[in-house]
Amino acid sequence: MKNRIGMVVGIVLILLWCLLPVAWIISLSLKSQDSITNGNPGFLPADGTFAGFANYSDVLADDQFRRAIFNSIGISLIATTLSVIIATLAAYAIARLEFKGKKFVLTTALVIAMFPVVSLVGPLFDMWRTLGIYDTWPGLIIPYMSFTLPLAIWTLSAFFREIPWEMEQAAQVDGATSWQAFRKVIVPLAAPGVFTAAILTFFFAWNDFVFGISLTSTEAARPIPAALSFFVGPDPFNRPASLLAAAAVVATVPIIVIVLLFQRKIVAGLTSGAVKG
Amino acid sequence: MSSAAVQTATPTQPTGKASRTKPADSDRSRAENSLGRKLVAPAIVLMLLVTAFPMLRALYLSLFQYSLTAPEERSFVGVDNYVTALTDPLFWQTTANTVGIMVITVAFELVIGFAFAMVMHRVIFARGVIRTSILIPYGIITVVSGFAWQFAFSNTNGFVNSWLPFLGDDFNWFASYESSMIAIMVSEIWKTTPFMSLLLLAGLAQVSEDMIEAAKVDGATWFQRLFKVILPNMRAAIMVAVLFRALDAYRIFDNIFVMTAGANGTSSISFLTYRQVIEQFQLGIGSALSVLLFLSVLVVAFVIVKVFRVDLASARQER
Repeated sequence: MKNRIGMVVGIVLILLWCLLPVAWIISLSLKSQDSITNGNPGFLPADGTFAGFANYSDVLADDQFRRAIFNSIGISLIATTLSVIIATLAAYAIARLEFKGKKFVLTTALVIAMFPVVSLVGPLFDMWRTLGIYDTWPGLIIPYMSFTLPLAIWTLSAFFREIPWEMEQAAQVDGATSWQAFRKVIVPLAAPGVFTAAILTFFFAWNDFVFGISLTSTEAARPIPAALSFFVGPDPFNRPASLLAAAAVVATVPIIVIVLLFQRKIVAGLTSGAVKG
Repeated sequence: MSSAAVQTATPTQPTGKASRTKPADSDRSRAENSLGRKLVAPAIVLMLLVTAFPMLRALYLSLFQYSLTAPEERSFVGVDNYVTALTDPLFWQTTANTVGIMVITVAFELVIGFAFAMVMHRVIFARGVIRTSILIPYGIITVVSGFAWQFAFSNTNGFVNSWLPFLGDDFNWFASYESSMIAIMVSEIWKTTPFMSLLLLAGLAQVSEDMIEAAKVDGATWFQRLFKVILPNMRAAIMVAVLFRALDAYRIFDNIFVMTAGANGTSSISFLTYRQVIEQFQLGIGSALSVLLFLSVLVVAFVIVKVFRVDLASARQER
């Protein structure tokens, strides 16, 4: 009985921890501008001011914000696709083949996963300007790919190691061509791992801030986190809190949807990538 | 894409394990070697292109007096930039901030994350709800969580002051160094504890229930079971989690940029470097800071691996 109460308390605490700031920012996004400038230090929107829905229509009507969302979706999706394809090749080789240089690949991936991103923005800033890809989509896609590869390679090679590759031969013995054996046996087994790696990669690209502010200067390529931080409104000393909160909620919705849909896969991928490798 | 790879791989390798245990004939191993290298080549090239090459370039640029506002006046100065950086109190102040943030946040995350992992490990009902919720902080953009906490601590539109009875409603968290640092660390801990707890949960799952039961039968108390059985057996998972989180915390940038922009001396090394390079266009001294940042991350990684004897290979179940 004592255990049961402790468990319930624990669950409540975890849920509060995870959801409190989210509830707070939603509440903030629903407050009217006036109530915030006049000081309204409460958790819930006071005196029924659900007039805050105007914040959402204002944000969605903002061209720069819409452009940033478009940039983020495009850049993250392209980087994710390319990164997962390249990581799949590498992870397949690591899980299934014996070759010299395997250790080098794993070590490089490990070092890059720990790399301080900021120490690269200077040289990249300089190089990208010379190459003419500063402030363009490729200028962000390339660094995103390179920095998501380690996570994708680890997650995928952990998954691939679990695949019973002998089944492929078994299918061939049963009369399947090697292509059929691969497509009917290995692809269905590998697909969940590839998909998980793709989700984690997408998270990384969507969340990046350092590259986003350093390697862009206009709305041509500026992704959503950078756009949020530049969203100062008319008075630079008083950020328009409720508008910003509404924009933040809009930017967070895609992530929450992904989390809700693929919770099981994300947990499996995160833990296998980091702990089981 | 990998279909072609497998077709070429299949004839050369009947069973993956056989070729690993006995030395295969040289033709086969040579073919496997070259295929393996071809498959990892794109990943390696891309990773090195975006890290090793720019890092070497940073090393080169750090030897110059080089400002993008006056590119014509670029001149070789040797190690002057390093001397300037290392003798500047600001550099040491930001290093102290960064190390402080790393140590304090990881310590809190470890304790709270472990408590969460214990609950999640034992929980029977509402499992899906908890696992989904715990991913929300992980998934949220760091900039957004920074804003959420900045507004929460704000004395004009936040709720923290009204929830803490010992503080006046007009207490300004962002007016002093200590309270600003607390606000930054709270946002960091909130955001990353769930990640820590997931890693620890995976470690907990590897501790055998039989051993815990045996200890229970032998009359070990809850604390004895925790410290003598559970924790020693998930050492590897704990160490990997600490290493990952510590290096991640050492790079802290987003929260500081959003919450204080380095005001009241709350800058981190990453933030200082960013300032020099991107805001001030000082590529010379900025590159020197980049190199120092990289070196200090290596030192931190080395110290953690050595001091705590992290065994990455065993943690990743390679052997």
